[in-house]
Amino acid sequence: MSTPKNLKYTKEHDWLEDLGNDTYKFGITDYAQNALGDIVYVELPDVEDEISAGDTVATVESVKAVSEIVMPFDCTIVEVNEELEDEPEKVNASCYESWIAIIKIDNLEETMTAEEYEKSL
Amino acid sequence: MTSYVPNTKETTKHMMDVVGIKDAEELFKSIPSELRLGGDICIDDGKSEIEVRNTIHKIASTNKKYGSCFLGAGVYNHYIPSVVSEIASTQEFLTAYTPYQAEISQGVLQAIFEYQTYICNLTGMEASNASVYDGATALAEACMMSITNSKKKVLVSKGVNPEYIKVLNTWCKYAGLEMELVELDNYKTDVNDMKNKLNSEIASVVLQNPNFYGTLEDMDSVDQVIHSNKSLFISVVNPISLALLKSPVEYNADIAVGEGQPLGNPMASGGPYLGFMAATKKLTRKLPGRIVGQTEDIDGKRGFVLTLQAREQHIRREKASSNICSNQALNALTAAVYLGAMGESGLRQVACKSMENAYHLKDKLSKVDGVEVYQEDIFNEFVATFKCSNDELEEKLKENDILGGLYLGDNKYLFATTELNTQDDIERLVTIIKEVL
Repeated sequence: MSTPKNLKYTKEHDWLEDLGNDTYKFGITDYAQNALGDIVYVELPDVEDEISAGDTVATVESVKAVSEIVMPFDCTIVEVNEELEDEPEKVNASCYESWIAIIKIDNLEETMTAEEYEKSL
Repeated sequence: MTSYVPNTKETTKHMMDVVGIKDAEELFKSIPSELRLGGDICIDDGKSEIEVRNTIHKIASTNKKYGSCFLGAGVYNHYIPSVVSEIASTQEFLTAYTPYQAEISQGVLQAIFEYQTYICNLTGMEASNASVYDGATALAEACMMSITNSKKKVLVSKGVNPEYIKVLNTWCKYAGLEMELVELDNYKTDVNDMKNKLNSEIASVVLQNPNFYGTLEDMDSVDQVIHSNKSLFISVVNPISLALLKSPVEYNADIAVGEGQPLGNPMASGGPYLGFMAATKKLTRKLPGRIVGQTEDIDGKRGFVLTLQAREQHIRREKASSNICSNQALNALTAAVYLGAMGESGLRQVACKSMENAYHLKDKLSKVDGVEVYQEDIFNEFVATFKCSNDELEEKLKENDILGGLYLGDNKYLFATTELNTQDDIERLVTIIKEVL
């Protein structure tokens, strides 16, 4: 399981990359993509969607099951990674490069560091 | 393979020996005695085959089958070629249940694949599921598919079949969704009213074409309005009409649904019917039920699989928009056989004749003193408004072996025609109406 040190992590197995100006890139961690199995479909949110803490921001479908990606903070969708519409398997192959969306978070709450996340697994 | 294989006394004794009991009664030991019936269920002795036949015939004879039918309202009396029932009632199709080890049932899968292909051909859409129960639930399922986190409301034209609206209303209520109706102007959707009711909460807008009253809706102009609001466009369509009218793909519908009964399935006093659902590629994974796909096996031979398993049971589970887990396999097969038998030109003939007859009847009726028809462009149905109410009419029609149009209240009747209505029929209907008014 890899856990890049420059990223922040949530309990829900999301990773966040700080892009400055309250904007973050996010995706799912190695642990998550491994647990899901081969991903066949990613349902992305719409740009400008406003997500409340605890809401589903995206849905990932693998051959085994459908999982909802929950955002533990209020955020707005700035951009989505449209590559994933045609090549969802990229999330398995390179989960830290295959970001799901770029979001704007006004109040970033508690996140974990790479060590804290690894320990929590 | 015989059709009924009972347990013989020997088989039963053998089973009891293996399990270690002397009497089948011992299997029920764990049920408290106060809950047991303590005797036989009081039903009559069995009847002989002759008695059963007579009893059933007597009951069946209370049904009246009319020689001539002008009743539609969502279900239509089209001709069913004998090849359709012949093929649909072969044992392998008639008795087969839903394939759980799907890939072993190549025949059933191929039949469903053919059905799905026909639905895509008719609607122009990119994907179809293996069917759902009927037109009403197909519409409800389509609305469920359109719901997102921020959009939980659907707009429905009053031109949609009122029974479908009732079903949708029930679904919305229990799914925590809202539904709002769009008004009609002379039996056609009021696009201005629709524009006023559109906002960012609207997940989808539903129109029926031809609508419940028979009017041809302006699906093109509605397409732009709906899509510029970023809502989905759901169209409810009559599959026979698609041989003549613009298909859903041509006006950019996102989901096309409807009642498949007109395709080779009898009217049958209400069912079983056939709900078809077709969608764009983007929405394919949101379709409920199952979707059959074509592929190649390890030796390069064509084979069929459940590409998308019953979404509710296998993959999406509680995250599915539906709980159906099933389809109307036999009715879908029947529809596929009908379409295969009729072909493009046959279907077009049926549609043309149905439409021509409606225009003839409309023409003749509007010339009768005391009858008004306000609609211009129709398919095979229209509303006739009588100057006064008529209790006599239905009696008179019944005496003449004619099943008249649906009474809508307020002196209005909804008349439908198909290729089965003859010119004679139409004359007689008009004459009787003239007499009665």
